[in-house]
Amino acid sequence: MNTFLSDPNAQAVVAGVMLLGASAGLTGTFTLVRKRALLGDAIAHAMLPGVCLAFLLTGQKNPAWLLLGALVSGWLSLLSMDFIARHSKLKPDTAIAIVLSTFFGLGIVLLTYIQHSGYGDQAGLDKFLFGKAASLTIQDVLVFGWVAAFIVGVVLVFFRAFRMLAFDFDFAAAAGMPVRLLEFVLATITVLVVATGIQAVGVVLMAALLITPAAAARFWTDRLWSMAGLSALLGSTAGLFGVGISALAPAMPTGPWVVVWLSVAAAVSALAAPRRGILARSALRRRNARKMERENVLKAFYQLQEANPLQLTAFSKEDIQERGYFRYSILRKTLARLRRLGLVEVVSQLRWQLTDKGLGESRRVVRLHRLWELYLSHKLGMADDHIHDSAEAIEHLLTPDMEKRLLEELCYPARDPHQSEIPYDDPLRSQNTAL
Amino acid sequence: MADIAVEAHNLTVSYHHKPVLWDVDFQLPQGSLIGIVGPNGSGKTTLLKSIMGLVQPDSGYVEIFGKPLEQVRARVSYVPQRESVDWDFPISVREVVEMGRYRPGRLLRRLDSTDKAIVRQSIARVGLEAFADQQIAQLSGGQQQRVFIARALAQQADLYLMDEPFAGVDATSERAILQLLAEMKVAGKTVVMVHHDLQTVQEYFDWVLLLNTRLVACGPVSSAFTEDNLRQAYGGQLTILSKVAHLVEEHDFPVRDRSKKQRT
Ligand SMILES: Nc1ncnc2c1ncn2[C@@H]1O[C@H](COP(=O)(O)OP(=O)(O)O)[C@@H](O)[C@H]1O
Ligand SMILES: [Mg+2]
Repeated sequence: MNTFLSDPNAQAVVAGVMLLGASAGLTGTFTLVRKRALLGDAIAHAMLPGVCLAFLLTGQKNPAWLLLGALVSGWLSLLSMDFIARHSKLKPDTAIAIVLSTFFGLGIVLLTYIQHSGYGDQAGLDKFLFGKAASLTIQDVLVFGWVAAFIVGVVLVFFRAFRMLAFDFDFAAAAGMPVRLLEFVLATITVLVVATGIQAVGVVLMAALLITPAAAARFWTDRLWSMAGLSALLGSTAGLFGVGISALAPAMPTGPWVVVWLSVAAAVSALAAPRRGILARSALRRRNARKMERENVLKAFYQLQEANPLQLTAFSKEDIQERGYFRYSILRKTLARLRRLGLVEVVSQLRWQLTDKGLGESRRVVRLHRLWELYLSHKLGMADDHIHDSAEAIEHLLTPDMEKRLLEELCYPARDPHQSEIPYDDPLRSQNTAL
Repeated sequence: MADIAVEAHNLTVSYHHKPVLWDVDFQLPQGSLIGIVGPNGSGKTTLLKSIMGLVQPDSGYVEIFGKPLEQVRARVSYVPQRESVDWDFPISVREVVEMGRYRPGRLLRRLDSTDKAIVRQSIARVGLEAFADQQIAQLSGGQQQRVFIARALAQQADLYLMDEPFAGVDATSERAILQLLAEMKVAGKTVVMVHHDLQTVQEYFDWVLLLNTRLVACGPVSSAFTEDNLRQAYGGQLTILSKVAHLVEEHDFPVRDRSKKQRT
């Protein structure tokens, strides 16, 4: 690797391939948000006949000719898809599938013909099928590097216009934007990206190079700019990785390894990204569940106190369990947590009671429950026997702000629809006998 | 009739040879609030789209302020149906409203400070200042609808074509939008709006266009929104309608009780 990288030719290859990855990541961002993920795959496959024809006609694998062949047949495939979608009632993905299989089938026929007709030099065409980043020559890279730089430039210049097109085509058209031109430019750079990217990863895996970086980037951000930047970065690391693999282990196919690398990045993103990632979401769910458990136990304490005639304040685990129908293991853990938070304490003989702070919290939960029942019953006219279940869930969600609005709207009521008292922290409030 | 905002001549539009609008012919006055009413699939959205040049008519044409659309495009603003876009798109409220300031001639230029101020005002007018830098997915349906309206306001047009801005909207948003409509009317703007709630047509609009592939009626609410016309537009679906039609006949339209609406 070291000797490989000290070679100026190799450095140029690395730079070119990274640029190529970046251009794929940028363009793929728009392919993804326009929900055209299948398109990249179709265009890539559809390029095979163009490449083979270019080889047959010129008898050489000059990268510029092959690129031209790829571009022409990629473009023809786009036009055919558009034509089918416009002039038939077929769904767009059906149109894509038809074009993909027709073009690729034709390509395979041509490739087989080339392999059997003794063109000595056809080995290079394999690159189009499987990709071999490190075997790119300096001439290849000069062509592809410039194309990639051009694509990056176009995307940056047209970024806002593309975003508008992708988000709301009809609005853009109604505002008089040149939507046809913008679509043409976007389609052209997509074809260009695919045609050049094939050099690094091959036909079969090009769609992954186009879409995966953007899909991974989407997990980390809610803005298109940062998504595109992140996607370009990921794409260029994929390029780097591809060159590295094919330099270190020339027998290895580059494309599959690049895709493995990108898939790992996507999987890590799906798992670990803040907020949108699976871990973050399950942590949030767990926090919510804990909160519900804590509040339900506090509520059970309050109800036990309210119900017993002797004004007891300390209860056994069994009392609490019976009151709130808790699973024993959950109750045990929840009590321990409440104790650490200073909301409950143990008094004599394994009895538990609320601290002052805990009493305040339990009042709040009960108050929210009863306020919500009252709201459903009086403001929305729901039957009294239907409101309890809704309140069981909503009591854990209401924010202090919403509580205040409920209180004002209901005029600080004294009792809920089942005639239970609504507990307030400030005893004066309960004097109010509105309703 | 006052000056004409929109005029359609023998407009016929079809999808795959199936006519969706058939020989539709009407004039809409400037400076009024105009409701387009008709059953599902009656071509209301298609009508707005053909006014905006988004679908090509088989025959007929539309003129806006007496001119072809191309000459007056900057004076017209389109608010698409809310479901027509992906609200999970990675974009903020402000960035959506900024689209109202992009113009064909300066696609690649940055927005200047005037544009930015207009964007800020438009967001404030729909009451979404606190949400300006949030992603649009985090808003409620009604707030999303207000984002669309803010984007239209930022275009500073004279004619607004809105597709069901009251669909799936909460009471706060409904009030905010109504307030805006009143302001727009005072400012002499024309608003043409597809509307699905027959009970509020009387209350919201000056002028109504009843549509069911063919034009059923177009005129001031008092003369065009009649039981006969409703029956023609809605045909067999009259069960829900009989009550409304009855109210229409009485010529005494109670203001809607919002708490009752929520109860249903
Ligand atoms: N792009 C389309 N392709 C084919 N048919 C369409 C398309 N858009 C709408 N239609 C059909 O045209 C008719 C009118 O649609 P639309 O104008 O959306 O009605 P409305 O807005 O009144 O509900 C419907 O039957 C609908 O199925
Ligand atoms: Mg519609």
